[in-house]
Amino acid sequence: MAVLLIAEHDNKSLKDATAKAMSAATALGGPVDVLVAGHNAKGVADAAAKLAGASKVLLADDAQYANQLAENMAALVVELAGKYDAVLSPASTSGKNFMPRVAAALDVPQISEIVSVDGPDTFTRPIYAGNAMQQVQVAGGKKVITVRTTTFKAVGTTGSAAVESIGAAKGPGTSEFVRDELSKSERPELAAARVVVSGGRGMQSGDNFHLLEKVADRLKAAVGASRAAVDAGFVPNDYQVGQTGKVVAPELYIAVGISGAIQHLAGMKDSKVIVAINKDEEAPIFQVADYGLVADLFKAVPELEEELKKQGY
Amino acid sequence: MKVLVPIKRVVDYNVKIRVKADQTGVDLANVKMSMNPFDEIGVEEAIRLKEKGVATEIIAVSVGPQEAQETIRTALAMGADRGILVKVAHEVEPLTVAKILAGIAKAEGPQLIILGKQAIDDDSNQTGQMLAQLLGWAQGTFASKVTIEGGKAEVTREVDGGLQTVRLNLPAIVTTDLRLNEPRYASLPNIMKAKKKPIDEKSPSDYGVDPAPRLKVLKVSEPPKRKGGVKVKTVQELVEKLKNEAGVI
Ligand SMILES: Cc1cc2nc3c(=O)[nH]c(=O)nc-3n(C[C@H](O)[C@H](O)[C@H](O)COP(=O)(O)OP(=O)(O)OC[C@H]3O[C@@H](n4cnc5c(N)ncnc54)[C@H](O)[C@@H]3O)c2cc1C
Ligand SMILES: Nc1ncnc2c1ncn2[C@@H]1O[C@H](COP(=O)(O)O)[C@@H](O)[C@H]1O
Repeated sequence: MAVLLIAEHDNKSLKDATAKAMSAATALGGPVDVLVAGHNAKGVADAAAKLAGASKVLLADDAQYANQLAENMAALVVELAGKYDAVLSPASTSGKNFMPRVAAALDVPQISEIVSVDGPDTFTRPIYAGNAMQQVQVAGGKKVITVRTTTFKAVGTTGSAAVESIGAAKGPGTSEFVRDELSKSERPELAAARVVVSGGRGMQSGDNFHLLEKVADRLKAAVGASRAAVDAGFVPNDYQVGQTGKVVAPELYIAVGISGAIQHLAGMKDSKVIVAINKDEEAPIFQVADYGLVADLFKAVPELEEELKKQGY
Repeated sequence: MKVLVPIKRVVDYNVKIRVKADQTGVDLANVKMSMNPFDEIGVEEAIRLKEKGVATEIIAVSVGPQEAQETIRTALAMGADRGILVKVAHEVEPLTVAKILAGIAKAEGPQLIILGKQAIDDDSNQTGQMLAQLLGWAQGTFASKVTIEGGKAEVTREVDGGLQTVRLNLPAIVTTDLRLNEPRYASLPNIMKAKKKPIDEKSPSDYGVDPAPRLKVLKVSEPPKRKGGVKVKTVQELVEKLKNEAGVI
């Protein structure tokens, strides 16, 4: 089965999500070509060529792919799709944006956010905020799949695929990029961090997130949040963890002042170890926490930072 | 300009669903159903565009069972002008919904279609993008701000790295994210008024669409359960356990 995997990147670096989606792609059993569509993205293509399992990297380097507009990305992928039996991409906001267009153009259903490849045409995906797992079989036609990357291991970088430059497809020209307002952070990316410290409505203000950042700095952690904290303007939208935000599965997830609504749990319950700090001992978050601390966060979080410091973190 | 708002009837977001013992699906008997929360945000956005004098008519569309009429009534009570119910008794896949909506769009000629980014039951996050492709329109997905000006829509989108703003030729597709607005509650007088607003009933065949599913659901199962762990008494105990017992720091 010939597979096309679409790389996740920001024109500068290849994202870890691509290496994870590569695991899903190779599980389909066939040569996997990687498409890097971007602008001045030769470095990304070179990194993709090292992914174990890549048989070829296609580089479409053109100004129209600088911001991965869905209309242009879909036109390109659809043009390439003829040669492939399956098209995969990480279920990032970028993949979610253009992949359904590809599926519609090919007149096939899309299988969203698979968490396992159970057979060449059989996949499992979460529904209802992960409260049920649906196993589906594709009848025929090309497969269009997005991959929940937290459940797949990143492949190694032992590959040495050739990079082939390809031309741009004719974009429909119906949309244009205006601007980006990207969150700047020295911390690891939320989706890839080994430790995540998240705050909820209990944090009371954006300023108070500094308490969490201090802990995060000691543990080289990313900082996340609940929807309530984002809605209240404490932190930017890209901090949101959950059913309709980011899905994370770090080694350690520390939930502070978060009640544990199902929509939040959907985004973090696959973490290896969960810690909850909440003053309400009845909070549902304790039902999934490996270690629960019933305490006022304004006392416990500074203490935690102090203790970590004492222990040399 | 006309605005179309597709709305889905789903299990209420507060309900803890149960998987059927025979693994054929989720138990929907006697479960509270509501409008998909992202679609409420879509209806609200359309109403605000009408209040600003940008939109002239708001059409709420639902593809689903007869009961989806109640969901359309809710949209009408919020402020939509009329409804279209496309009756299908079984679950419909996003591509099917998109094809039906494309048929409605061709018949009605809206300049803007506002969908939710995701239905909270199937968690597909596909329909709006598929519809945009079928119609050959531009899309602004995961919108937290929408401005219509000079025949274009400027849409600010919530993306993994922060925010991205795009400008779209009209007609266009917008899908809503949580921060776009806070939907209003329907007032009692408006609920009464909504009872007189028209709802057309259609079937997929009116748009030449075969609603049969294309994916075969082999089974629906419970996710692995996480069991609660222990309570620790102090921060010191917590750090000790993370270090020596769990080994994660
Ligand atoms: C369509 C839809 C999509 C959604 N998507 C998401 C999503 O992706 N992610 C998400 O997170 N939510 C999502 N939600 C929202 C979700 O339902 C909850 O409303 C939200 O997660 C609650 O956030 P919270 O736990 O921070 O706030 P709350 O539920 O208000 O909990 C605050 C907690 O802080 C504790 N607390 C307060 N003060 C202190 C203190 N001083 N010390 C210690 N503890 C304290 C309280 O005991 C309480 O448990 C979604 C909802 C809908 C309808
Ligand atoms: N059966 C339906 N009837 C009307 N609108 C729908 C239906 N299914 C999906 N939609 C719209 O498409 C959006 C995304 O749904 P989905 O692609 O299923 O996650 C929803 O928020 C609705 O706006």
